[in-house]
This record gives sequence, C-alpha cells and structure tokens, in this order.
Amino acid sequence: MDFAQIRRILAKNSFLFALILLIVAVFINHSLQDNLLEPRVLNRNMRNFLPLIVLVIGQAIVIIGGGIDLSVGAMVSMCNAILVTQITSESTGAEIAMAVGLMCLAGCVAGAFNGLAVAYLRLQPIVTTYATSFIYAGLALYILPRPGGDVPRDLSNAYRQPIAGGDIPVAFLVITILVVIWWLARETRFGQYLYATGDNANSAYTTGIPVNLVKFSTYVISGLFAALAAFALTLSIGSGSPRIGDAMTLDSIVAVVLGGTRLRGGQGGIFGAMLGVIILGLVRNIISFANVPTWSQTLVDALIILGALATSGGIQLITDYIRNLYRNRGLSR
Amino acid sequence: MKAFQELTERVSPPVLALILAIILFFLGGLISPGFVNPTQATNIVRLAAFLGIIGAGQTLVIISGNEGIDLSVGAVVTLGAIITFRFVNGDNALILPVLGLALAVGAGIGLINGLGIVILRIPPLVMTLAMSGVVGGLVLQVTRGELIGETPDLMKTLIAEPLLFGIPGVIVIWILLGIGMWLLLERTEFGKQLFAIGSNRTTSKLSGIRVNLVVVITYMLSGLLAAFGGFILLGFTQTVFLNLGNPYLFPSIAAVVVGGTLLSGGQGSYWGTMSGALVLTLIDSLLRAAQLPEAYQLIVLGVILLALITVYGRQRGFRQ
Repeated sequence: MDFAQIRRILAKNSFLFALILLIVAVFINHSLQDNLLEPRVLNRNMRNFLPLIVLVIGQAIVIIGGGIDLSVGAMVSMCNAILVTQITSESTGAEIAMAVGLMCLAGCVAGAFNGLAVAYLRLQPIVTTYATSFIYAGLALYILPRPGGDVPRDLSNAYRQPIAGGDIPVAFLVITILVVIWWLARETRFGQYLYATGDNANSAYTTGIPVNLVKFSTYVISGLFAALAAFALTLSIGSGSPRIGDAMTLDSIVAVVLGGTRLRGGQGGIFGAMLGVIILGLVRNIISFANVPTWSQTLVDALIILGALATSGGIQLITDYIRNLYRNRGLSR
Repeated sequence: MKAFQELTERVSPPVLALILAIILFFLGGLISPGFVNPTQATNIVRLAAFLGIIGAGQTLVIISGNEGIDLSVGAVVTLGAIITFRFVNGDNALILPVLGLALAVGAGIGLINGLGIVILRIPPLVMTLAMSGVVGGLVLQVTRGELIGETPDLMKTLIAEPLLFGIPGVIVIWILLGIGMWLLLERTEFGKQLFAIGSNRTTSKLSGIRVNLVVVITYMLSGLLAAFGGFILLGFTQTVFLNLGNPYLFPSIAAVVVGGTLLSGGQGSYWGTMSGALVLTLIDSLLRAAQLPEAYQLIVLGVILLALITVYGRQRGFRQ
C-alpha cells in the first residue's frame, strides 16, 4: 500500500483519529472504574451522552456544509420547554406523539429561520446564529418561565432501561440507526452536494449545485436534531428548564472538531462527531474517578481537550512532513 | 429598499452605527422620560468604553482573517482583573508593575493561542475556546474560589471618577486607545500586513510577509488588550468574581461586526468597533429602561442584532 492510498483512506474516514482517542479513553476509564463495561453502567453513561450525540449530528452537517450553528443549545432549551408544557405525567400516547411532533416542527421552523438568514440573506453564520440564539432562548423563557414539568413514568423508564431482554443500551441502537442512515445519505445526490458546497461554494455554484438550498437545508436538519436531542434530554432528566440546553452549544462544536471534521467545511462526518461526544463524556468520567480535587477539575478537563486537539494537529503536521519527504524523493529520482 | 441599499453602500458602516446610536439615545427619551440628559449620556459612553476596550483585540484578530476569532477574551479579562486585584492589594505604588504583569500574562496566553493556531493548525474558534477553559480552570485551581485583594484608591480615581471636565477617566483612556489603534492599523507596517494577510494569506506570503509571525503577534495583542480590559473593568467594579469577563465575550464579537468589520477578514476599523460598542450598550440600556420581562428582552435583543447584521454583514452573492 503506498502513501497516497493511506492518505485517501484517512481522508475518507476522518473519524479514525477519534476512534484511537476513544480506545485510549475507554482503556484509562476502565482502569479506574472496573465496572465501566458492565451493562448497567454502560447504559447509564450512554443514556447521559445521548442528547449531545443526537445534537452533534446537526452541528456536524451544518459545519460540513461550510457553516456553523451557535443556536443549537438555545433550540434545545426551547424544544424542551415546549415538550414539558405540552405533556403531564398522565399524558396518553397520542398526546405525547402530538407534543413531540409540535416540538420537532418548532425545531425545524427555528432551523429554517437560521437557514433563511444565512443562505438567502447571506448573513455570516457565526453572528447570525448567535443573534437568533437570543430569540430562541427568550422564547424558551417565555414558554417555561421557571424549571418544572413532568414526564410520564412509562416513557422515561423505556428510555432508561436497556432494550427488552438484551443488555444493549438504547443509545447504541439509536447511534447504529443514525449512522446507517448517514452512510446511505452521504452517497445520495444531497450528500455529494453537501460536501461540494462546504468545500467551495463558488465552484459548487458554477457547476449547477443549488448551493443556497443545500445550505438552507443543513440548518433545518440542525433544528430537527436539536428537537430530537431535546426529546432525549427531557426523557433523561424527567423535567424541563428554560436554560437546560445552553451549555451544549460549545460542547457540540468541540465534539465535531475532535471527531475529525474541520471547521472550514467540505470534509468529515457525523460518526467521528458522535465519537467526539463520547470522548468528552469519558474524560469527565475519568476526572471524577481519578479523584482529581474539585478545584482542579475544570483545568484538567480543559487541558485534556486542548491536548487532544493539539495531538490531532500534530499528527497532521507529521503526515504533511512525510508526504513532503516522499514528494522530494520523487523529484530527485 | 433599493434606495436604502444604496444609502448603506455609500455611508460607511461606522458612520451609520454612530447615527444609529444617536437616534437610539433620543428614542430612549420617548421610552423613559429623563433618559436624555448629559449624566445618562456620560454613563452610557462609560459602559460602552469597557466593551470597546475589550473589543479592541477582537477587532485585530477578526481582521487577520482565516476564521480568526478569539473566544478566550472573556476568561483573560477575568484573569487580568484578578491578577490586579490580588497583587496590587490596595497599594497605589504597585499599580504600574502589576499592570505590566497582567499585560504580560495576557500576551502569554495570546502567544499560546497563536502558536496553536499557526503551528498545530487548530482552528482559532476551538483553540481559543479550549484556552478559555484552561484559563478559567487555572483561576479556579490557584484561587480555589477565594478572591482576596483590594482595589487601590488611585485606580478608582483615575478610571471611575471624572478626570477632565467631568469626563470619567475610562472614556479618556478609551479615546487614547482609539487613537493608538488607528495609528497601529493605518500608519504602521504591522497594520498594513494585518490587512494583507486578512485578504489573502497566499499572496501575502508570496510578497514576503511573514504571515505566521503576524498572526501570532495579533493573538498576543488580543490577549494583552483583554488583560488591559480586565484592569480597567476592575477600576470600575472595584471587586472581582469568577464570571467577571464572560458577559463581554460575545458582545465584543457583535460590536466588531456591527461596526462593519468583516468576519471573513481583511477589512475593518477600530472606530467601527467603537461605534458598535456604543450601539450595543445603548440597546442594552434601552431594554433595561423599558423594564420588559427577561424573555421579551432576549427576543428583542436577538431581533435587533439580526437587523443590524442584515444591514452590515451581508456577504457577496454568487452571481457576480
């Protein structure tokens, strides 16, 4: 296998570095916490990671398309507020389905608003989604002025229990389904358009790709996944709070980058981003099981993330160096 | 609409922002009687000065282009204030040496940001975000939440109280900083190179600019100016808390954008950021004066920000 081939595999599967990081993180975590891989503990961990895992899909798709979405956290808060005000602990299945549908619609509308501003009004994504995040945060506060609300017990139990009979956490099933959908979607025309738009919007436009429509749709998808993330979060926590999702925005971006997707777009995927979320979660696990003093936890957490980012940069540096060596040798021959 | 577009194209964004600020100020008089008076005006300019000083470094970083942005300014502002608070400890004679220390620490953090960005090629957004976490964590680790110290009287006199003709010191400092930034951007080699690398890194490199060096210096200046912002802020608040600088982080970016500096880099000015800071502070004061519930305040702020970006922040379309 020659070098160009290796590079091609690396470029196509940008999650490989995240996979290595994940294995290291699991290994360290397991050495501090023997029961990490027991079904009960695994299930509990995955259930806590799932909301961000779902959220990061939308963020990754927006970033691949050449944008960024700083409003995802506020959209989660808004959707959480809608869901808990629509249902009570005695809601029937039909009522819950209605509420979830309404919440998903709200997420899509919020995402469409972002998409409209970025794709058709051509506003800069960072500041636009920052501005709209105030609107969604305000709406969340309007709908649910103070924390509260209740979720039917059967529903949250279904979320908390591993899949009936087996020991497989619900989260694994969800991840598998989403990854399969993604791998199929990536090969469709939309997938090709998405990568082309993110890589170079101007040349994509000249080859006849509906660039604006593609960009618009990435934000709608992001809104939808924010709603789904809010659904998972609501089931996981069992109530609502108007600021519940705010902290998730920056985590979602860090997870995407850890997963091997570059912020400039046109490259990467959602699988790596999901791995990025699990890595972030395991790092926090490790810190609490390693008995790091409370006052040092923030610092250790930030240093590990910085170290992971630096390592991925360092690897790129080394591969570039090796490629240059090869190229020079080719020239001298 | 067409005429409006022509107007926004002819009038430069900073001028427009300034006009808007004046309109907003008199609008405040309609919402809440007694809003329009010299004391209130001075007060708003004083509040805008903090945002403006903190936004100075952000302006430089954003002009440098290539997704340049500094999310660590909030944490560095807090750090600068804490260092000053703790080491000056109320002693007027120690103000200058400790200011030097705070600026050096700020520049050091900027240096790490810059090196991570140019050598390890970590995207600025995540590099500075991670750095912000490191700085925040460092503060927690060292202080353990106990913030001991004292603000010296001289700082209070120079920054918070009227200095010249009833103008508070912080406004004088802000104007001096504005002149300094104008000189830096328009009259120095560094300024020219900064705009050049912001428009196109490849051509800049080919024409002999040491791009990486300019980028690293830019992030160092951003850290230094953020630490200076913390120093100034301390003179006003006279006390520190762990979250002191965070509320200024995203407004500092918004002020830069409202002032007409392009987030894609290569174009902009500091006096635009100054007008942007005035506009944002006025909006904030107006919303407070109107005494709306918090939910409405957030929604109105979002809509206004979006409207401002629509006027200035539009990017070029594909049909040329």
